[in-house]
Amino acid sequence: MKVIRNILDGMKPHVQKGGKFHKFHAMYDAAETLFFVPNKVTYKGAHIRDAVDLKRNMFMVVIALVPALLFGMWNTGYQYHLSIGQSASLFDNFLHGFLAVLPIIIVSYVVGLGIEIIFAQMRGHEVNEGYFVTGVLIPLIIPVDTPLWMVALAVIFAVIIGKEVFGGTGMNIFNPALVARAFLFFAYPSQMSGDKIWIDGLTQGQGIVDGFSGATPLAKLAAGEPGSVLSAYDMFMGWIPGSIGETSTLAILIGALFLLFTGVASWRVMLSVFVGGAAMGLLMNAFAVNTYMEIPFYYHFLMGGFAFGAVFMATDPVTASQTATGKIIYGFLIGVMAVLIRVLNPAYPEGMMLAILLLNTFAPLIDYYVIGANVSKRLKRVKA
Amino acid sequence: MHNIKINRGLNISLNGMAVLQTADSSTSTHYAVKPSDFVGLIPKLAVKVGFPVKAGTILFNDKQNPDIKFTSPVSGVVSAIERGDKRKILSVVVEAASTQEYESFAISDPSKMSRADIVSNLLVSGAWTHIKQRPYGTLANPNATPKSIFISIFDSAPLGVDYHYVLANEADMFQKGIDVLKQLTTGKVHVGFDASKTLPDGLKNLKNVEITAYSGKHPAGLVGTHINQLDPINKGDVVWQVQPQDVLVIGRLFAKGHYDVSKTVALVGSEVERPQYYKTKQGALLSSVVGGKIKGQNVRYISGNVLTGTMLELNAYLSAYHEMISVIPEGNHYQFFGWITPNFHKFSMSKTYFSWLMPNKSYTLDTNINGGHRAYVVTGQYEKVVPLDIYPVELIKACITNDIDRMEQLGIYEVLEEDFALCDFVCTSKQETQAILRQGLDLMIKEVG
Repeated sequence: MKVIRNILDGMKPHVQKGGKFHKFHAMYDAAETLFFVPNKVTYKGAHIRDAVDLKRNMFMVVIALVPALLFGMWNTGYQYHLSIGQSASLFDNFLHGFLAVLPIIIVSYVVGLGIEIIFAQMRGHEVNEGYFVTGVLIPLIIPVDTPLWMVALAVIFAVIIGKEVFGGTGMNIFNPALVARAFLFFAYPSQMSGDKIWIDGLTQGQGIVDGFSGATPLAKLAAGEPGSVLSAYDMFMGWIPGSIGETSTLAILIGALFLLFTGVASWRVMLSVFVGGAAMGLLMNAFAVNTYMEIPFYYHFLMGGFAFGAVFMATDPVTASQTATGKIIYGFLIGVMAVLIRVLNPAYPEGMMLAILLLNTFAPLIDYYVIGANVSKRLKRVKA
Repeated sequence: MHNIKINRGLNISLNGMAVLQTADSSTSTHYAVKPSDFVGLIPKLAVKVGFPVKAGTILFNDKQNPDIKFTSPVSGVVSAIERGDKRKILSVVVEAASTQEYESFAISDPSKMSRADIVSNLLVSGAWTHIKQRPYGTLANPNATPKSIFISIFDSAPLGVDYHYVLANEADMFQKGIDVLKQLTTGKVHVGFDASKTLPDGLKNLKNVEITAYSGKHPAGLVGTHINQLDPINKGDVVWQVQPQDVLVIGRLFAKGHYDVSKTVALVGSEVERPQYYKTKQGALLSSVVGGKIKGQNVRYISGNVLTGTMLELNAYLSAYHEMISVIPEGNHYQFFGWITPNFHKFSMSKTYFSWLMPNKSYTLDTNINGGHRAYVVTGQYEKVVPLDIYPVELIKACITNDIDRMEQLGIYEVLEEDFALCDFVCTSKQETQAILRQGLDLMIKEVG
């Protein structure tokens, strides 16, 4: 650690104001604060500060994503080997998936962090940790066969239009990772749907064995083939086709427990998304006119990105409602909208992404009314 | 007497709690009155260097409200008028004489005096400056009548003063001070104490006062919390607050006819050799209390507690309103991968560290910010430590955007910096909420008054 400190101290004069490499100061700061918590002390306000900072906070989310990521890698290999009709060992499945997913993660981080550093440099800010999480979220919510150039394009769009135009992390209206997903979905609709994109190698025309379908449960339901919907157990465990990190409800739940335990994610949002989804699912059951409306409500939690969205996307503190009451309303409506879009809108097999983006738009409005209640209570007190 | 439980808040358990023993501090050669201790004060000098003064002799008055006089804490000679940028007066220093003489003021029973006489006695002696008003935390306005007056003898802040100990033998003067204050308000004088401790005998039978017990974590002991529970401040309301030992100053004035600012201060913190209480006077040299009693080299001296106090140099003077001195290590060092390692010695409200597993452990915390300044990302943190019926983040944002209407709607009249001090502490984005709130309060003073 002394060695690293010495190297950093040696570089410092050159990147500070007036130094030859001042244009790289944001990059330097990012590296320095990665290795060391800075030596800055309080000079106003409270003299002591909580040990937590945004880096640690964000890192907790990354840890929570690890089960879904590891499972996603294994499942990528597993689905691949299924599609070509071979059986492979656990390790071979994982290795294949690892090699397929790693390039996507690298592209996501290199492109995203590159843009973040450029903006931090332009604004004279420190590089914000937000992309720490977004960088791994994006690979987890896209199909494994998405071409890398599309990943790069989606990241550029998400970081610039989704975040930096609003002023960077903390200022954005929409969840950046979902902006990336939505970009892919709407810009390349033909490539991003169907039953080939979910399996590694299929779009390049690798062979499929008879009887294998790469279609996701949601696609089958939307296409009106509920008969072939997988068992709840398979969907819960996650060895089904789908976006890289979204398939295993179990892996996501492990992450959810970690997030709730550390208090990094809001239990109010998380819980109320599921309550909202259940409520809408039951309502659908009550008025069921087709098989999709008849499926048990908990199937919605197991299919597609519902669980992943509820745990990792809806709970994004920046784009969610900020008041305690607001969080409950916000989460509930996400659950309701997700199921509503899924079941009643044939154009979009998956409703979670759109439901969260929609409620991102309404989150400030929800807060406005919640805070408005507090304001009018105060006004009433004056009159009394 | 009723009991109020405060459900939100945070106790920060630090090393260096004062033991219940009191010693005399060494003699301070100089004493000072610092205009910066008083919000918005512009002083108008009444003395020059070399003027002889007694304890209670005017040093300067408030330019906006000339009736408010700031008087010398001791007798002696004005030895310096220290100035800063733009000749702003930083402190008026008095070199103490070896024998103390007091200006004499009327000795009388407050219950038989008119309100106007009491006010003028307080003003002329300088004791008036020991009363603070809400909103804004400025000096009390002599022309206003508060709807209630709040005193808290529950210091819930880290390493807080044990007022049950400090006031145990001062019950008479405390009662006298309360009798005076009672005459100044149309409403009640409230005293709040720590429900987890029993009141000392002398304080059990206080009269002219509404006693309330509070239980809960910090800020359960702050008057801001008490006011919000019992008599919330609306637009146009005025509430006063007085520190426990300032009540004694007022009591002594009416009982003895002297302006006597003797105080018992707690010397606390992990860097103090033996944390305990010391007898001194307001405005004494810091070194007279802490000199030779400190362990570490690289330390910070704070007049007040670690959440709201003022950073001081060793050769500076104790601030008004403060009843403790905290000494903690400076944190001007790098921590290798500090954000990622488990760090069992660190304290956090969040469960991202392990401190929540050890609720009875005390910590040695330094002044490191533990991170970098960021935009708001994490939500719901401030709400956990502000037990008021207020949306703290929204109020802070209204202050940042200088939105007066919004500040008013969100309850700026009810809060002072100390009520938000824990927000500074817990903020993941390391926002300076106390400083931001003060900006908002200053703007309110300027625009609304």
